Amino acid sequence: MSAFNAIGAEREIDRDEFTPGLEPQPTWCPGCGDFGVLKALKQALPEVGKNPDEVLTVTGIGCSGKLNSYLDTYGFHTIHGRSLPVARAAKLANPDLEVIAAGGDGDGYGIGGNHFIHTARENHDMTYIVFNNEVFGLTKGQTSPTSPKGHKSNTQPSGSAKSPLRPLSMSLNAGATYIARTAAVNPNQAKEIIKEAIEHDGFAHIDFLTQCPTWNKDARQYVPYVDVQESDDYDFDVTDRREAAEMMFETEDALHEGTVLTGRYYVDEESPSYQEEKLANGELPETPLAERYFDDDYEWERSYDLLERHT
Amino acid sequence: MSDDELIWRIAGGSGDGIDSTSQNFAKALMRSGLDVFTHRHYPSRIRGGHTYVEIRAAGHEVQSRGDGYNFLLALGDSFARNPQEESVYGNEELKPLSENLDELREGGVIVYDEGLLSEEDVAELDLEERAEENDWHVYPLDLREIAKEHGREVMRNTAGVGVTAALLEMDLEHIEDLMEDAMPEKILEPNLEILHETYEMVRDEYEFTHDLRIPEGEHDEEQALLSGSNAIAYGAIDAGCRFIAGYPMTPWTDVFTILSQNFPDMGGISEQVEDEIAAAALALGASHAGAKAMSGSSGGGFALMSEPLGLAEMTETPVVLVESMRAGPSTGMPTKPEQGDLEFVLYTSQGDSSRVVFAPGDIEEAYEQTRLAFHIAYEYQLPAIVIYDQKLSGENKNVPVSFFDREPEPTLGSTLTEEELAEAAHDASGKFLRFQHDPDNDAGVSPRSLPGQEGGRYLATGNEHTPAGHIEEDPTNRVIQMERRMEKLTHIREELDEEHPSNQTYYGDEEADYGIITWGSSHGAVAEAVERLNEDGHSVKGVTVSDMMPFPEKEMTEFLESVDEAMVVEMNATAQFRGLIQKELGRYGDKMTSLLKYNGNPFEPAEVVEGYEVNVAETDEEPSAQVRIEPAAGD
Ligand SMILES: Cc1ncc(C[n+]2csc(CCOP(=O)(O)OP(=O)(O)O)c2C)c(N)n1
Ligand code: SF4
Repeated sequence: MSAFNAIGAEREIDRDEFTPGLEPQPTWCPGCGDFGVLKALKQALPEVGKNPDEVLTVTGIGCSGKLNSYLDTYGFHTIHGRSLPVARAAKLANPDLEVIAAGGDGDGYGIGGNHFIHTARENHDMTYIVFNNEVFGLTKGQTSPTSPKGHKSNTQPSGSAKSPLRPLSMSLNAGATYIARTAAVNPNQAKEIIKEAIEHDGFAHIDFLTQCPTWNKDARQYVPYVDVQESDDYDFDVTDRREAAEMMFETEDALHEGTVLTGRYYVDEESPSYQEEKLANGELPETPLAERYFDDDYEWERSYDLLERHT
Repeated sequence: MSDDELIWRIAGGSGDGIDSTSQNFAKALMRSGLDVFTHRHYPSRIRGGHTYVEIRAAGHEVQSRGDGYNFLLALGDSFARNPQEESVYGNEELKPLSENLDELREGGVIVYDEGLLSEEDVAELDLEERAEENDWHVYPLDLREIAKEHGREVMRNTAGVGVTAALLEMDLEHIEDLMEDAMPEKILEPNLEILHETYEMVRDEYEFTHDLRIPEGEHDEEQALLSGSNAIAYGAIDAGCRFIAGYPMTPWTDVFTILSQNFPDMGGISEQVEDEIAAAALALGASHAGAKAMSGSSGGGFALMSEPLGLAEMTETPVVLVESMRAGPSTGMPTKPEQGDLEFVLYTSQGDSSRVVFAPGDIEEAYEQTRLAFHIAYEYQLPAIVIYDQKLSGENKNVPVSFFDREPEPTLGSTLTEEELAEAAHDASGKFLRFQHDPDNDAGVSPRSLPGQEGGRYLATGNEHTPAGHIEEDPTNRVIQMERRMEKLTHIREELDEEHPSNQTYYGDEEADYGIITWGSSHGAVAEAVERLNEDGHSVKGVTVSDMMPFPEKEMTEFLESVDEAMVVEMNATAQFRGLIQKELGRYGDKMTSLLKYNGNPFEPAEVVEGYEVNVAETDEEPSAQVRIEPAAGD
C-alpha cells in the first residue's frame, strides 16, 4: 500500500476543496491582480483532476508569496527568491507530487534569478507562476527587475536608469519548455494556460501579469490585452524556437508601448524533463524516494557494504 | 615519542601522485598489523607546490600525528615553476627536501631522488653537516631513472616505496597486493618491476647505518582505513540519508563526492546545484516531501545557507548540514584547517537559534555523530549541524570493520503515516494541526504529515504561524510557538544525557586537579599530550567536548568544579570555544586559560605539552611562536 494515497486518487473534485476554511482571508488590496492567479488556479486544478492533497505549492516572499496561504493544498511558503530550489527537490524526492512554484517578479527574476535560470535549464517537471506586477508590492512600491525604464519609486526617485528584464526571452534562452504570458484581467485564458502548464512534462513558466493598483497605478496591465493565439495578426509556430523567440521579442518590446500581448509563446513537448533524464542515467530511483521510508520490506544498503575498498 | 613507531613522510609536488601512493602505503602498513594515522599537507594549487603526506604507524593505538617524524622520502617537485621565478618562490624543485628537514627527528632516515634534486642544489642545504649533527642517515638514489627505464617518470613514487620497504626490512606482500587491486594491467607490470628492482637493489647493495625498522604489530580483527569525510558520508548512509545537494567547496567537497558516487547504486539522489543557498533549500524541499536529506559546505558556502537554515528552524523541517571549517576569514586558506567557525555555526541566521550542533573529535565520532544528527533532526524536526574541519576531513585512521556493523536507521522520525494522520488533531475547517502542541509529547514536537498524504494538508511557512500553519502575529500564539520550538532543545539535552553520555570523551587521571579541554579535531593531539604528561609524572585530565548545542551544562560544570585550573585548546585566534563555555555556564572565566593555534597547521602533541608547561610551571619561557596563550580572566 502506498504511503501517499491521495496521489492519483480518482474522484470528483470540487473547486471549493481548494478554498481553506474561514481563515485566513486574503490580505491583498482590493483590485489586486493576485486574486486572478488564485482564482485561475482554483479552477484549473479540479479541471485537470488534481486532488488538493497531491498538490504542493511552493512560494517565495512578497504579496505573491501569500498565494498558498489562501489555497488549501500542501504548501511551503519559503524565503525571498528561494521557492524554486525547494520545489525542485520536493519533486525529485517524490515525483508523483504535483508541484507548483510561485512568486513575484522581484522574488523570481531578482533575488531568485539565478535559481530561475538553472531550474529552466534543467527543465524540471513543474509549473512556475511569476506574478509580474512590475513593482515590489509588499515592501511598498520599489522598482523591480521588470519595471519600465524611467520608473519612479521611493528608492529611485529620479526614475530607473535600467531597462526592464525580458522574462520570456530569458526563460527561452535558459531552457524552459513551456512558456506563456497571461494576465489577471483575462481569467479564461489564465485558467487554460495554467491547465496546460500543469499537464506539461517539463519546466512550464507562466509570466502572469498581475496589476498592483496600490503601487503601480499606470502599469500597462490595464490596457486591453490581445491573445496572440486568437488574433489573426499573429501567426507563428509555438514549437519553433526561432519563431517563438521573435514573437517574444515583439511582445516584450510592445509591453511598455501600449500593447499587451498574451498567450503561449513556446511549447516543446519533445525534450525530456530533468526527471526523465535522471531516471535514464540511473540517478533517480524508479519508485519515489519518499515512498521507500514506509516500505518495511525494503533492503537498505549500509555503509558496511562499502568497506571492502578500505580494508 | 616512542621509538617503536614509524612516521614516514612522502614529499613532492602537488599533482605528483603523493596522495594515492601514500594511501596505498598506509593500507599496506595497516595490513601488516599496525595502527596508522595519516596527515596531509597541501597547498591551494592544482599542480606543483610543495605537498606531503605523513603516515604514523605503530603497534599501539595512534590517534594523532606525532611530533616530527623519522623517515623522509623526498621525491622532488616535477611541476616546479620556471626557475626564473626562483627569486620569488624559492627553489621549488628542492622543497620536498628543504622544507621538511626541520621536523625530522634525530636518527631519522632521508631518501631523496637524485634524478630530480641536483647535487649543487642539495649542496646548498648543508645536508652533510646537518646529517652529522642530527645523526640522519641519507640515501640518495636516482629514482627517476629507474622509473623511466621500466615505464614512466611518474612511477618514481613506486621506486620510492620499494626503497622504503627495503630500508625498513618490510615485506613486499601487502604492497604488491594493493598495487594489483589498484592498478590496471598495463601499468601494473612496470610498477611491479620497479618495486622489485629498487627493493632488491637496496637490500643487496646498501649498507644500512640506521636503526629504524618496521614496528611490530598485530590486529585481532579486520581493519578499515578511512577518512573523516568517509565516516561522515557513511554515517549519513546508515542513518538512511538518500538525498544530498551541494556546491563544491574545499574541504566539504569530499563528503559531497563520496555520497554522489555511491547514491546512484543505492537509490539515492545527488544534486550539484547553482549555489549554496539553493543547496540548502533543496535539502529542505526533499525533507519536506519525505526524504532524509543533507547538505553542507565550508565557511563561505555555509554563510549562504544561513537563510535556509533559519527557514528549517521556523518551519520545523528536519535537515542535516555539515560544515567543514578551513582557515578564514573569507576565502582564507582553503586547504588549511582551523576551528574558527564555531560561533558562526551556532548563531548564524536571524532570530534565536533552535538547532543542534555536534563536533566530532575523531573518525569514529564523525560516523556516530552524523547518525545521531539525523536521528535528532528527524525526531525533533529541526536542523542538526555537524561541524568539523579540514584536518578531520582529510586524515585517515584505521577502524575495526565491525565498528560499522550497525543497524541502519531509515526512519523519518516524528512523521505520521496516513492511518495516524486520520487520528491526529484537525481544526474545525478540517485542516491538519501541524504545529499544534502535542499533549502526548512534552518535548515540544508536533508530528508532521507529508505532501501527498490523505488529509494532512498544511502550510509550512517561514513566517510565525498558528497550529494550522496560517501566518499569525498574535502575541499569545507567538509565545506558545516560540516556547514550543525552544522546548525541544531542553529535551534533546535530556535525551543526550541519558542515551549518549559518551559524546564527551574523558581521559587522563581522574583525580587530577588540572584539566585540559578541547573540541573537534584537536582531540587526538590533546589526548596524546595528556597521556604523555601523566607518564611524565604530572597529574592531568582531559575532556573533548562534542555537543556544542545544546551544551552539556551539567557535565561541564562537574568537570570544571573538579579542577583548580583548566586549559582550553583550540585552533583559532579568539578562543571561541572557551567563550562558549563561559557563556553557557556563566562563570569559570578565572579558571580557564587558552592555548590557541591558527597558523594553518593542526596542533602537535608536544605543543600541547609545552603549553601546559609554560602555563602551569609558569616558566619564563614563551611558547613557540606558532601558538599563543590567552590567560584566564583576572590573570
Ligand atoms: C532576503 C530578503 N530581502 C528582502 C526582503 C524584503 N522583501 C519582502 S517582499 C520583497 C519584494 C517582493 O516583490 P515581488 O517579488 O515583486 O512581489 P510582490 O510583493 O510585488 O508580489 C522584498 C524585497 C526579504 N523578505 N528577504
Ligand atoms: S501591494 Fe500591490 S501586489 Fe500587493 S496586495 Fe496590494 S495591490 Fe496586490
